[in-house]
Amino acid sequence: MRPKNLPKVLIFLFLAGLLMGQVARTQFSNPATSASTVPQAQLMQPTELVRLLKGSGAEQPVVFQVGSFVMFQQAHIPNAGFAGPGSQPNGIILLNKFAAPLKKNQFIVIYCGCCPWNRCPNIGPAYKQLRDLGFTNVKALYLANNFGDDWVAKGYPTARGE
Amino acid sequence: MRTAKVSAWLTCAAMLWAAGVQAQKPKESTSPGILHRTAPEFVRADLAGRSIDLKSYRGKVVLLNFWATWCAPCQIELPKFDAWQKKYSAQGLQVLAVSMDDGDAPVRRTVRRLRLDFPIVMGDAKLGDEYGGVLGLPVTFLIDREGRVVAKLKGETDLAALESQVKQLLAK
Repeated sequence: MRPKNLPKVLIFLFLAGLLMGQVARTQFSNPATSASTVPQAQLMQPTELVRLLKGSGAEQPVVFQVGSFVMFQQAHIPNAGFAGPGSQPNGIILLNKFAAPLKKNQFIVIYCGCCPWNRCPNIGPAYKQLRDLGFTNVKALYLANNFGDDWVAKGYPTARGE
Repeated sequence: MRTAKVSAWLTCAAMLWAAGVQAQKPKESTSPGILHRTAPEFVRADLAGRSIDLKSYRGKVVLLNFWATWCAPCQIELPKFDAWQKKYSAQGLQVLAVSMDDGDAPVRRTVRRLRLDFPIVMGDAKLGDEYGGVLGLPVTFLIDREGRVVAKLKGETDLAALESQVKQLLAK
């Protein structure tokens, strides 16, 4: 190799390394089902849900946690139902079961908070499933980091156990 | 001219790298919680059926990682931890992992796929509570040779920084 080509080769190797790192990071995040597939307009901020939960019965949504049961047992939003991880077939089956008796215009809020929002594997599939089932008023709770940081640590209402 | 071009490329590359590092910067817990306290003890069977007693690792530096098969950042960290286990074992590092999955079947599949060779136990809400609430993954604790929790890292870890912390603890 001629020495004058060395900088180009080094830059190529450096950029290739960056690209491979990015590929590794996104390997387990399926863009087709990631949380980013939930339309912006269908996201709900935690403060908004807290306000709704304190409000009258008429505007109270049905809340489903669509993530890990172990995490649900540690802490969850009061009266939320555990609907199973949206990324797994058994989670979708459970979600179907819980959603079956509801009217199609029922106000539903789903949340997970297992991982940072852009890495959450559960919210996207659960949202899609509810939409595919014909539910017209579904929102996804936007938890930027996780349920611990963005809900529990902020002192919002939580319940424990099953 | 050529030097200017090379400089421009290098600047771009450095900016890309910096952006990437910033985007994946982990959050090191600042809440008191269990930091600087003796790590909550546990005795659990690992996936191979061996009894894993945290107390028995006193004298070693323990990297205790909470993870799950559906957690994307976890899948990136685990092979690195496995490599560190091999690399630093002689210096006294012990990697332990706690899966927060709801069942062990997917865990076994992932362990086989990633060829992980360190003890992995199944976690639950009780263990999560004892470690200050594991309500987001991954979470990694560093436990010093005296059994004290000296670091809690939440989210995707800056592996270079974590390795540096591990080496510092091993040197003590």
